[in-house]
Amino acid sequence: MAGALLLIMMLAPALAALGCAVFRGPRVAELLNLGAAVTSFAAAIPLAVLSADGPHHYWANYILIDMLGAWVALCAAIVYLLASIYAVGYMRLIGEDAKLWGFYALFALFALTIFACVVMNDAGLYWIAVELTTLVSTFLVGFERAAESIEAAWKYIIIVSAGISLALLGTVLFYWSGSFVLGPTYQMTWDVLREAAPKLNPHLVTLSYLLVLVGYGTKVGLAPMHTWLPDAHSESPAPISAMLSGALLNAAMLGIVRYLAVADGAGVGLLARTTLVAFGIASLLVGTLFIVRQNGVKRLMAYSSVEHMGVIALGFGFGGPLGVVGALYHMLNHSLNKSLMFFGAGNIMRSLGSKDITSLRGVWRLFPVQGALWLAGAVAITGAPPFGLFLSELVILRAGLTQSFAWAVYIMLVLLVVIFVGFLNHFRVMYFEPEGKQTAVRVSAWCVAPMWLSLIPLFILGVWWPHAIWDHLMAVARMLAGAGS
Amino acid sequence: MLTAQLDPLAASLFSLMAIASLVLAFVMLGSRWLNNYLYAFAAESWIIAVLSASVAYYGGYPELYLIALLTALFRGLVLPFLIWRIMRRLDVSRELHEILQPSSALVVGALGVVFALIVAYRIGDSIGLASRVAVLALTVMLSMKLIGFLMLAVRREALSQILGLLVLENGIFLGAQILIPGMPLLIEIVILFDLLIIVACFGVLIQYLVANVGSTSSRDLKRLVG
Repeated sequence: MAGALLLIMMLAPALAALGCAVFRGPRVAELLNLGAAVTSFAAAIPLAVLSADGPHHYWANYILIDMLGAWVALCAAIVYLLASIYAVGYMRLIGEDAKLWGFYALFALFALTIFACVVMNDAGLYWIAVELTTLVSTFLVGFERAAESIEAAWKYIIIVSAGISLALLGTVLFYWSGSFVLGPTYQMTWDVLREAAPKLNPHLVTLSYLLVLVGYGTKVGLAPMHTWLPDAHSESPAPISAMLSGALLNAAMLGIVRYLAVADGAGVGLLARTTLVAFGIASLLVGTLFIVRQNGVKRLMAYSSVEHMGVIALGFGFGGPLGVVGALYHMLNHSLNKSLMFFGAGNIMRSLGSKDITSLRGVWRLFPVQGALWLAGAVAITGAPPFGLFLSELVILRAGLTQSFAWAVYIMLVLLVVIFVGFLNHFRVMYFEPEGKQTAVRVSAWCVAPMWLSLIPLFILGVWWPHAIWDHLMAVARMLAGAGS
Repeated sequence: MLTAQLDPLAASLFSLMAIASLVLAFVMLGSRWLNNYLYAFAAESWIIAVLSASVAYYGGYPELYLIALLTALFRGLVLPFLIWRIMRRLDVSRELHEILQPSSALVVGALGVVFALIVAYRIGDSIGLASRVAVLALTVMLSMKLIGFLMLAVRREALSQILGLLVLENGIFLGAQILIPGMPLLIEIVILFDLLIIVACFGVLIQYLVANVGSTSSRDLKRLVG
């Protein structure tokens, strides 16, 4: 059953990409991609539920559905659905109908590669899947062919490929360290690594883990390897920004989490966690500095992604059941919220024809409805109640206090307060500063509906943490902690 | 472990090839002509192919013959050909504005090798490796990594950056042949194909750079800041 659902989730975008390439009509492509997104989403929910029956293995152990993977897949499927709805309206505004089939084909492939990352059980194949996400999304980042987009795409592919080659080196060294215990040829699945972990050489594991952390950390956008992220997120079309931020970064974080469990098992957990916490704090710091003095509206959102990936890294770094639960819940909330923010930014940019905060004025008067949605999202993304991110950040903070990372918690608190002020100040400028004469292009309902669809669940998750989700996340935390014993 | 019970001839053969590819990496670092990079890269790939074949012969891993063949074909012929085609279209034959002179880059590269050697020896000691080949392989692997990053950092031309990335990959692949010859075949083959796709993507992107930015030098990529 879980296997069938997995197949549906993966086949839908694959077929949609194929269909786009065959029919090549802009409207057909929209429809195919949207259909694929709905199908994947519909399959991802029961898949997450069924994953609780214990990990399922397929295809000679190369594919794994466990509760952690299914959760990240669910986050990705949600963003894919929201972004696909949004793309219908947004891409029509761009007016590149002739090339649109290519966009949607790559879009569906991008979703497919993200799903592939999540379900790979072999560390080597996971690396390849992550590399493929880069290759596919580069062309989506550069889709608009402006000099800025191409520059962003070039930086993206060079920096991320170089970074991820470190992860390959780390993977090779992990395999080498395992070969002392398991013999020269074995399949390097996550389970095998975790079981062998106590017998691995701790020095070699430390070196490999650090390489993997920096490698996949580049892809996650942890500072100081984040330099590609603001460019790629701000120059790509808004639905792609949402996918990059809400789906791709989580999929890369998954690799770090899985390796962290191995490092824990090998007895170098404290060093591994401290490094991850340090990267998390660095990301928060960089995010804060660039948020406060930002002028590009999408770059603002991009730096907010750096910040939130830092928060998630802190959650996993703090560890313990609370840390893991908080970080995973934060993934879902951030996926929803960042999609909302990029959709809003895309709408405003297209409507007012500028991407500089200084020249966007009178948002409140011109767009009462979507302006209110976007503002609510802005309040949510800074971690204010009553939205989901408040709860997850609170849990992560508490996790840090119960472990030996209290210093990080205090820094995090201060930075979060600065971000709250700095981020909302930009919105004050855009909403309430006196405006010049401005004419606004109306955006279609396709562009506003997904904002509702992300804000409402975000609000619900903020006032009510469903018991089923709590149990699911606790089970993941137990699974990750079980490696150490 | 392959490296534990090697006969001396094989051990010196492996060492020789590992060092030869490291020297070729330095050739790339010390030149500013794109042609030289390309020839050095192709030669390095051929050395890795021969290394795979000799690991297959001495270590008794017959599937590595296939890898050797594919390495020679893809890394030794197809990749250099693809890059040569891009180069011919671009009409750029040398680095004009490198951040570091090739001579200084060589010195920094040498420091990198020393650092790699220290790391490799420490790891080797902690595992209690009997064989020097494994330590050497680890050293070469890490040094080529550092040299590749150095090339990425001090060179401006798009093509040099691609070749820098390929040096990174070559280093890993070379080390992997000696350290983990038993790595599953599937993974190795997929990584080889992956490289082809990467270079093809780079080829397309470079065309976009020429068409939309009007330059292939990263000196001119400074629109996005802050």
